[in-house]
Amino acid sequence: MNMNYTTEELAFRDEVRAFLDEKLPADIAAKVKGFRHLSKEDHQRWQKILSAQGWYASHWPEEYGGVEWTPVQKHIWDEESCRYGVPRSVPFGVNMVAPVIIKFGNEEQKQTYLPRILSGEDWWCQGYSEPGAGSDLASLKTRAVRQGDHYLVNGQKTWTTLGQYANMIFCLVRTNTEVKAQAGISFLLIDMNTPGISVRPIITLDGEHEVNEVFFEDVKVPVENLVGEEDKGWTYAKFLLTYERTGLAGIGLSKAALSHLKALASRRIKNGRPLIEDTAFSQRIAKVEIDLMAATISNLRIIAAVEGGGMPGAESSMLKVKGTEIRQSINDLARRALGPYAIPFVEEELSQDYDGEFLSDENAAPLSAQYFNNRKLSIFGGSNEIQKNIVSKMILGL
Amino acid sequence: MDFRLNEEQQMLQDTVARLVRGEYSFEKRLEFSETDAGFSVDFWKQLSELGLTAVPFSEELGGFGGGGVEVQSVMTELGRGLCLEPYLQSVILGGGLIGQAGNDSQKETWLGGIASGEVQAAVALQEPQSFYDLNNVETRAEKKDGGYQLNGRKAVVIGGHCADVILVSARTSGDVRDAGGISLFALKADTAGIERRVYPTIDGSKGCDLTLNNVQVSADALMGEEGKAAEVIEYQAGRAIAALCAEAVGVMEVANELTLDYLKQRKQFGVPIGKFQVLQHRMVDMMSELEQARSMATLAASVADEEQSGERRRVLAAAKNVIGRSGQFISEQGIQSHGGIGMTWEYNFAHYAKRLIMINHQLGDDDFHLERYASLLQAS
Repeated sequence: MNMNYTTEELAFRDEVRAFLDEKLPADIAAKVKGFRHLSKEDHQRWQKILSAQGWYASHWPEEYGGVEWTPVQKHIWDEESCRYGVPRSVPFGVNMVAPVIIKFGNEEQKQTYLPRILSGEDWWCQGYSEPGAGSDLASLKTRAVRQGDHYLVNGQKTWTTLGQYANMIFCLVRTNTEVKAQAGISFLLIDMNTPGISVRPIITLDGEHEVNEVFFEDVKVPVENLVGEEDKGWTYAKFLLTYERTGLAGIGLSKAALSHLKALASRRIKNGRPLIEDTAFSQRIAKVEIDLMAATISNLRIIAAVEGGGMPGAESSMLKVKGTEIRQSINDLARRALGPYAIPFVEEELSQDYDGEFLSDENAAPLSAQYFNNRKLSIFGGSNEIQKNIVSKMILGL
Repeated sequence: MDFRLNEEQQMLQDTVARLVRGEYSFEKRLEFSETDAGFSVDFWKQLSELGLTAVPFSEELGGFGGGGVEVQSVMTELGRGLCLEPYLQSVILGGGLIGQAGNDSQKETWLGGIASGEVQAAVALQEPQSFYDLNNVETRAEKKDGGYQLNGRKAVVIGGHCADVILVSARTSGDVRDAGGISLFALKADTAGIERRVYPTIDGSKGCDLTLNNVQVSADALMGEEGKAAEVIEYQAGRAIAALCAEAVGVMEVANELTLDYLKQRKQFGVPIGKFQVLQHRMVDMMSELEQARSMATLAASVADEEQSGERRRVLAAAKNVIGRSGQFISEQGIQSHGGIGMTWEYNFAHYAKRLIMINHQLGDDDFHLERYASLLQAS
């Protein structure tokens, strides 16, 4: 048993810190740490810096421009980047469709799409969920019918995150209705500028525009945009979901949020003393910090187990449940720390350019909205109920 | 023992329910929320024309002397509609404070109008440092020119942006956290020196913070005895807690109805999702939470207008604690049961969830009232 980083890993951590000290733009870090929204330009500016360092596609094979970090290196990056306020990479291109293209795509697709993901030329979004296919993803109905050199696509996707910025969408479509649901699905890469595609915003309960509906009406997609084999898309989709799930525990994000919470609770006053000195409140913080400590080690145990290669199994589903519950608890406490000031929604203070007086606290404005927004954590990426089904089936054999 | 409403109370509740159903669709509410007032002036008029704003007032004021149960009947129905009108702020708190502490001229000036809905009152009892403790008052009122001069800042005054009269707590003596030395003043909204920072609230209403800069008022703006307002404020905040609990029950009722309906309608894996045991048990838990909340709202209503006592204090703290917890449970589990659709602006569930969470931030959350209840615990 050895729970310490090796000398090489420590050297890597120093390298990461030196890079972030030097290259992370202060305005972007301030937005991330203050839970403010990033513009498309912010994401792109940071991606260029990261790409120049060669770290944007850290998990890709070297031949495609990656660096093949070990799981421990990835973990170190995750921890440090959250601590520094690095924007999370929008995952749909670099972390989701790219591994599928690398593993199942043909050479031409690799040559076409991977460089464009690296350079930021393409912004990808995900076409998985449909109004009638959420937890039961395999029941999806968007239809792709082959007609000569193209597929004719008709249907609707939903919960398309940041689809308003995207120029490419990867879609699960039904190419065969004669077989079992899972066996008739294909994986298509679709240019969002193709005639017949329209995007409609879905406004969430906090008033934000983050997700969208995407409609397909007689959309012609060239057959060369099919990944792998026709009707084998479900295999690729599951491969991608494992990738998606691994990052969803959000341990690094929870650590950053916890430190934010403690700073907030030190500034807020109750009975003439900092709220963090209040017995009940400090115990609430202590409890979530303890839970996070345990989850951090669970995360490391999973990482260490796959250090030799391979993907984590159903254990990452357990971690997704715990990790999202912890993050939601931290958001709950941050909202509680505001007391009556949880009620006002002072939108102007969300802007980075705001230079007026803060109503209550410099970081108060986004907190209630964020508490509501992060109810999504236990819903997306496979709801926590679905994760528990996976664990009970795969690990417990029930 | 009989928990049923009497005929008059039932009629009252039915009247409000009919009005809300007819006039307060989800779509209309979103429009009301966007107006300058942040509520429907027209719906407020209809409430008053039916005598509903006068419910807790005496017959001389056009009311019918309603107590906790009558207020509960009205508030539950307003909760079901997620109504944005200032019933709690103006009728319950404003009317209650003036009724209990106001001098004859203040009652004469304001009460009739509050009861008839023509005058809107708001209360400014919280401050940036007060958290939920209404005895924590830094705002000073100093004797000057035969009257008082007020300086300080009041926090999260719901409805304060469009009220005609604002009831402000300010310290005439004592230390920041002393119960003694707090006084109440009735300020006309246009009094010089009141600066407002107006904002929407996250649950669709509007409010403001007030900065009082050398606000000069005459001696007759003082409500009741100088330095003795803490008891009045506590008593009236208690009535408001009971009213908020009733509102919360209305909100929870609809939240549960929407969730149950969704479990029956929404199909995944070829069956309504309500067939899955994990969701069945969750729905049962949500229902049990509502029943606990309803019981406590009823208990709170029964003591709301009783004389102050240790028992009244305990019951109100307990009720607000239960409402806070059950409200959060129903809000969070209801969203989870709906999945993504429960998080969208266009579907009404999310708005019920937001109101439930924000009720917990009004007049003390479940932590605050747990602490308060613990401090009032009886040894045996």
